[in-house]
Amino acid sequence: MAFLPRLLRAASRRINCPIPSRSISSTPLRRSDALAVHRNTAQNNPSIPFSFTPQNQELVDRILKRYPPQYKKAAVMPLLDLGQRQHGFTSISVMNEVARILEIPPMRVYEVATFYTMYNRDPVGKYHVQVCTTTPCMLCNSDSVMQAVEKFLGVKQGHSTEDGIFTFSEVECLGACVNGPMVQINDDYYEDLTAESVTKLLEALKATANSLPKQAVTWDTPAPAPTPGPTGATSRRGKGVVTGKGARVKAGSAIGKTPDRVVNGVKIPAPGPLSGRVTCEPAAKPTSLTEPKWSTGVFRKDL
Amino acid sequence: MFLARNSQCGAIATAASSRLVRSSAVVVYRQQGRRNLATATDPPAPKKSYGGLKDQDRIFQNLYGHHGVDLKSAMEYGDWYKTKEILLKGHEWIISEIKESGLRGRGGAGFPSGMKWSFMNPPGYDQGATPRYLVVNADEGEPGTCKDREIMRKDPHKLVEGCLVAGRAMNATAAYIYIRGEFYHEATILQRAIQEAYTAGLIGKNACGSGYDFDVFIHRGMGAYVCGEETSLIESLEGKPGKPRLKPPFPATIGLFGCPSTVANVETVAVAPTICRRGGSWFASFGRERNQGTKLFCISGHVNNPCTVEEEMSIPLKELIERHCGGVRDGWDNLLAIIPGGSSTPILPRKICDDVLMDFDALKDVQSGLGTAAVIVMDKSTDVVRAISRLSKFYKHESCGQCTPCREGSKWTSQIMERFEKGQGREREIDMLQELTKQVEGHTICALGEAFSWPLQGLIRHFRPELEARMQAHAQTSGGAALAGGWEHDSRVKGKLIAPGQ
Repeated sequence: MAFLPRLLRAASRRINCPIPSRSISSTPLRRSDALAVHRNTAQNNPSIPFSFTPQNQELVDRILKRYPPQYKKAAVMPLLDLGQRQHGFTSISVMNEVARILEIPPMRVYEVATFYTMYNRDPVGKYHVQVCTTTPCMLCNSDSVMQAVEKFLGVKQGHSTEDGIFTFSEVECLGACVNGPMVQINDDYYEDLTAESVTKLLEALKATANSLPKQAVTWDTPAPAPTPGPTGATSRRGKGVVTGKGARVKAGSAIGKTPDRVVNGVKIPAPGPLSGRVTCEPAAKPTSLTEPKWSTGVFRKDL
Repeated sequence: MFLARNSQCGAIATAASSRLVRSSAVVVYRQQGRRNLATATDPPAPKKSYGGLKDQDRIFQNLYGHHGVDLKSAMEYGDWYKTKEILLKGHEWIISEIKESGLRGRGGAGFPSGMKWSFMNPPGYDQGATPRYLVVNADEGEPGTCKDREIMRKDPHKLVEGCLVAGRAMNATAAYIYIRGEFYHEATILQRAIQEAYTAGLIGKNACGSGYDFDVFIHRGMGAYVCGEETSLIESLEGKPGKPRLKPPFPATIGLFGCPSTVANVETVAVAPTICRRGGSWFASFGRERNQGTKLFCISGHVNNPCTVEEEMSIPLKELIERHCGGVRDGWDNLLAIIPGGSSTPILPRKICDDVLMDFDALKDVQSGLGTAAVIVMDKSTDVVRAISRLSKFYKHESCGQCTPCREGSKWTSQIMERFEKGQGREREIDMLQELTKQVEGHTICALGEAFSWPLQGLIRHFRPELEARMQAHAQTSGGAALAGGWEHDSRVKGKLIAPGQ
């Protein structure tokens, strides 16, 4: 019986000292990125047929001419982009069709589609609102823009609204830093934003969403017929970048001078800075390029 | 800095740059009235003050969109003037003009362009039957940088003509312009300019009537920062994920589609025709020795009028901001720090910003870099730790995942910085972070490793007291100094199994 007190002592020691615990570690959720693997869903599975429309087939032919014939594969990025524009998002059927056209294994296309962030492998809303929050924009208070968008849409970044009109993403630097903070909505840059101006912009887009065929404020010709796909999804044909012909790129001097568009009495601001600047010039008095321009007179004479 | 980093000829570059550093370091010491043991002879007195470029000397006249971008307006302002004569002078003449102008690559690394272009013409280059490519890097993704976008959407003909002239200098058969995917309108405008040039017979078969055939194509990226690196850009152009290649072989030997190619930044290419027409010596008359020329500066952040502006190289940083941006918000005294050349160059505190010159060598002497000349200004209201932490997050997002030090390092540094924002850490972890960045630097295929290390090293170099103060403040509010790894001071009492040796 002599060991009993020892047992009791040991037991009491164990009670006093809690057992070290450790939570189970798991892979953290990557909130900013889509899942890198494909999962069959009703909207996105290989049995949904996809083929390019005759108009887009012409563009495909033009794109293929840019690359050496033995390197047809190089066209995978522009073709996926075109497919995304036609279908609304880069579904597995789009990828398979591109692989068929280019005569490469589908896996080579999947690799590309998962590597680049601009391929939406899930359906997105009619307007894909991408807010830049990298340091230069952050310094100019992109936090307030994020909050305003979040408040207006009622969803967190990475999600779509239930009516399928908006998808909201936070993105990295979009290369308009002197015009920060800015958002990209589909292909259009809206710059020099404040919480109020971005809310007004989204209000205008929401109010006119149903009366506009596809993409509203655009330089390129909007897609005419409804595309297949559950949410209708994005934008235009992507013709301008292939042919150089855009609806509003007439003399080319339309930058910053595009008039606002009025639909059903609602004014949708034109893309560009919303602060009254034309482009990247200083907002106050111009500090350069005020004198008469030089021409051929300044060149050396011995050419 | 990271964009278009050229390590075409690593050995030459290193040797040349160490020479540059030494001689310009001497200049700085002399200016500050200090001497060190290596100060042997008196260098020549500084020539003049820099800055205040005249409109007559600005290359990009349409930077603010005053006139149209069509071919007719472009020709009115001097584009495509006697291009045929330039082409007929041959590649040696063009390269000698570029060498004389002292043009250094505008994509960040600042490699002398004339030398780089001449690598395409080694002895016996004309024996080969393969095509040769000029690849223009318009994948502008460096946070703070927005100059190439302005060139492409307002002066596209300067770029198209630049492709032809630079292409002739390296005897290329075609140019591919790799534009980042987000620049949809820019790509449309540029495509339109290319179409116009083809129709007018300026490019294509028998370009400008010179008997030289040259094509220009556009390829759009799809949103990957890492594709701004030259070999990664080539991979992406070949239709693969943009993961950088090992060098050698350098692109000038085996590049795009297995053919000799050279990757150059938009700004470098776009200034080439004007340099040829106004003469290399004209371009070389701006800026300090070895840093000649004019440059587009993008000034963003806490200034009164953020803008993109073309200025003389070597303009003092303070003058650049005061003259063109209406100064820092609430005056120069309100300045906290400046990132002088895009996100991957180390941050500079105010006392250095007071008199630093904006050129490759001066910024290198203060342990930063000119990069893409994207000036990010922060005033005293800025949470500087958060600003750098956001950059860490950017690099974590953009790392391609090919090399372990970068893939894992960018994630770890980003996590550590997230803790440091709140002061959740120990002071010795600052040294650990420094060591971690040193472990990454130089151990990756491309320069993204350096790109994410340098801003962190800059922060530790100049703002270590700020980091420490945050940790002390956190200790005050939470009742004790945090343990390494960000654990609360009483984690062990609470029974959490944390790393030993705290």
